[in-house]
Amino acid sequence: MLEVEDIHVNYGRLVALRGVSVNVDEGEIVCIIGPNGAGKSTMLAAIAGGVPLQSGTVRLAGQTISGMVPEAISRLGVSLVPEGRHVFGTLSVAENLRIGTFQRRDRANVNKDFERILEHFPQLRERLNQPGGRLSGGEQQMLVIARALLTRPRLVLVDEPSLGLAPRIIDQVYEILIDLRRRDGLTLLINEQSSDRVLKFADRIYVLRDGRVQLHDQAANLRGGQAIMSAYFGFQDRHNAPPSERTSS
Amino acid sequence: MIGFLQNLIDALSLGSLYALAALGIGLLFGILRLANFAHGDFITVGAYALIVPSLDVTAKMFIGHWPIILMVPTVCIVVVVLALLADALLFRPLRRASAPTLMIASFALGYIIQNVILMFYGARPKAVDLWSNLSQQVEIGPVRVPQLQLVTIAVTIVLTVGLTLFLRRTSFGVQMRAAAEDFRMARYLGVRANFVVGLAFAISGLLAAAVSLLFLSQSGQLSNSLGVPLMLFAFIATVIGGMGSLTGAVVGGFGVGLVSTMLQAYLPPELRPFRDAFVFAVVILILLYRPGGIIPTKALVQRV
Repeated sequence: MLEVEDIHVNYGRLVALRGVSVNVDEGEIVCIIGPNGAGKSTMLAAIAGGVPLQSGTVRLAGQTISGMVPEAISRLGVSLVPEGRHVFGTLSVAENLRIGTFQRRDRANVNKDFERILEHFPQLRERLNQPGGRLSGGEQQMLVIARALLTRPRLVLVDEPSLGLAPRIIDQVYEILIDLRRRDGLTLLINEQSSDRVLKFADRIYVLRDGRVQLHDQAANLRGGQAIMSAYFGFQDRHNAPPSERTSS
Repeated sequence: MIGFLQNLIDALSLGSLYALAALGIGLLFGILRLANFAHGDFITVGAYALIVPSLDVTAKMFIGHWPIILMVPTVCIVVVVLALLADALLFRPLRRASAPTLMIASFALGYIIQNVILMFYGARPKAVDLWSNLSQQVEIGPVRVPQLQLVTIAVTIVLTVGLTLFLRRTSFGVQMRAAAEDFRMARYLGVRANFVVGLAFAISGLLAAAVSLLFLSQSGQLSNSLGVPLMLFAFIATVIGGMGSLTGAVVGGFGVGLVSTMLQAYLPPELRPFRDAFVFAVVILILLYRPGGIIPTKALVQRV
């Protein structure tokens, strides 16, 4: 469904991505893990059209979306939940949620979806008329996920959903995401810094470091192994380094 | 007491003009981080739209002679089209430019507009008689007020309430508020950047047109820099109100109108010529105590 092909991104002289390729199939949960500064956030922003590409292409269901403005990509069904949440603090919770629905053509379904999404996020229902800025960190994370879902996306990009949240809330966030995938066949591309959690539910994992994919495999193959750790930290130990690292970097 | 009430209505009427102009400036600043110094010249164009372009000393009415139901919308359309053109031809290509670049561009636009007016209408100020029957006085209890002042205050209330309802109740309004707070996030959610900015320019133009008509009917004189002092005071109003806050712009507008009218009325006569110096001193005092303005916004916090 999503094909990212050899993309390069620079911020001035700073190179953020040096030729990254990632694929996501319909209905999959794919996780990108990697240390701070690996280029994970840049990569999601680049897919969503928020950062210009130096080279490479991004395709959604065969259609090239790289080079489009963010609002056009959003209208094609890609929804980004950025790092740091970006709740509209002065808008009410209801307005925050509605923002993403104005672009939809299927007006008739909007109210139905609104109700259905609120069933997943009961805390939000009680606070619909409060300013978004008054919510707690966990509630804000729920709000931005709910808001992204209300654009009726085919693909949701989630940037570090666990950042700054208590472990109990993180579990809740992931339960909701996994539940949505099961029910609605949502496709998810998720960034995370820690690998333990994502190994449990992801279908496939990419490890990103220094703007390159260091390792890419089915999550099932990586559980309990050393491969992830060595790719993540860049150990040069030949015995531990997986074959994919030697070839791809 | 009666004198004070009279002064208060003067202040409200002057403050209304500043508040309307400040709203136009504040709206664009909120969304684009553009300090639009050409806003005063939008106001000037609205006023000049009323007369036939000519270098003659006397003004010949053109749109100004149309019935009011046609005249007001036409002036509004002229200024709105000008604002949209400014966006399309100048500010859209500069979308990724820094705030200072945008500000300098708006200065340039202002000078261009002033000089184009000079070319087609001549350099001399022209007397224009717009709605002079509104200068008749109405007696409200002991106070005698020119009708025009009441009209000015009423128009300001209607436009402010209308703008508030638009921003709160309509989907376009919600999108504009979202864009003002976090433009990039709004775009990630499908809000069309060019549309929202165009809308802001259009509303800003509409507010400028209202100021054109109200101000011209008070002053009765056209000059190619007619909007500049209005813009300056309105700009000060947005700064002390809190850049980017629309409530702040209105509060600031009325504040500046109040201070300036009251100083005019109560300063010793020998100091009155220096009234504006006192107005600015008050502005400096406010900013010393509240650097972010009366209602500080995120827009400014991020910049500091």
